[in-house]
Amino acid sequence: MPEILNAEQEILRLLQGVTDPEMPFISIVELGMVDEVKVEDYEIFVRLLPTFSGCPALDMIKGDVIRKVKNEINKLDDSLDIQVEFSFNPPWTTDRISEDGRIKLKRNGITPPPVSHREDGAWEMDCPYCDSTYVTLDNIFGPTACRSILYCNECNNPFEAMKPVANIHEKVDVKW
Amino acid sequence: MTQENKYICELLYQLADDNFIHSYRGSEWLGLAPHIEEDVAFSSINQDTMGHAAMYYQLLEQLGEGEINDLSHNRSTGAFRNAILLEKVNGPGNYLEEPEYDWAFTVVRHLFFAVFKSIRLESLKQSSYEPLTHAAVKIHSEQYYHLMHWKTWFRQLMTSTEEAREKMEAAIHRVWGEFEGVISLGKYSQEISDLHLIATEEELRAEWLKRLHQLFTEVNFSIEGKPDMISGNGRNGEHTADLTEALAVLTEVYTSDEEAVAW
Repeated sequence: MPEILNAEQEILRLLQGVTDPEMPFISIVELGMVDEVKVEDYEIFVRLLPTFSGCPALDMIKGDVIRKVKNEINKLDDSLDIQVEFSFNPPWTTDRISEDGRIKLKRNGITPPPVSHREDGAWEMDCPYCDSTYVTLDNIFGPTACRSILYCNECNNPFEAMKPVANIHEKVDVKW
Repeated sequence: MTQENKYICELLYQLADDNFIHSYRGSEWLGLAPHIEEDVAFSSINQDTMGHAAMYYQLLEQLGEGEINDLSHNRSTGAFRNAILLEKVNGPGNYLEEPEYDWAFTVVRHLFFAVFKSIRLESLKQSSYEPLTHAAVKIHSEQYYHLMHWKTWFRQLMTSTEEAREKMEAAIHRVWGEFEGVISLGKYSQEISDLHLIATEEELRAEWLKRLHQLFTEVNFSIEGKPDMISGNGRNGEHTADLTEALAVLTEVYTSDEEAVAW
């Protein structure tokens, strides 16, 4: 068992090197996209959670995972096969982004999503450059499905923010 | 195939094909939308919507209906189960030659469908078919932004100039005349609802009417009676030449070069 555990940890370490092709500064681990890593019967199984369902980067990410993990693991044991699966259960939500991930987003001019979701659905997004709260939402839909475009009226910089995605309606009973 | 799976597939085709063709019609606005910000937003919405179609096709693939690319690109017009309203062209002309697309029709069609899609997803979250509940949860979290977007356009155009109001009202009447085709669950409606895969047509229609009338009140508009399906019921494989034309464009690469598909 310890060997398997080590293998799983090693794979997780390798996945740290797989980035989102549209945000190459953040890894899929930091984004919270990795749901499960398992080694069983000479097969590595990785389950990933897509951020947005129409994300065109999914195939690239999958290819990257297979390539990076295979290259390294095969040096140790070339009998291991790898399988990568995307799953919508559990759904990816923005609270899965790690603290390191949030710091990296901000450092790259993208305000991380609010930690908690407000009841009325309102966002609180501060400028990633000067931390001002005096900002305007220009377009909910930004350059990728998961980002929005905002403007800081304090330091006059345009910036982006990650759209908050929460499982907000799950517990609501349908009344009709 | 078991009888139950047959009805699950029937519903999945409706969901997949609706999103597929709706996304395609939306994507035909690329570069033509009223302004650059809308171009970005609409593209993003269409991309999400195509992702939703892919999720439903994937569920069909898992039920042994065939490979996902074939399901979307290699079926005849009559095999499609989307509502006719969603296949209709955006307006005269075509994307490459003199596209005189109708923005009012687009806003109304998208808003009415977005309202219905939210209701449908709320119901699907409680479906007796578990994989459908997971897909619905995921799709609903994205749909939230789409609905917000189309409500904004609707409110603004309904309360701006006289010309805009006239165009919007004409579009509402046109979409109203077809919307029953979106609500319909087709000829297996009873079986689909009996299996608790989704709420009944009556429940879906009542909730949709309620939410739309609320929106109409906000902009001082009213309409009598129930929606209709003048051009026929796409859930039963009835379609217009608009779908045949759309599929020909959509599948051009797929059918001409198999290797190109494997990119």
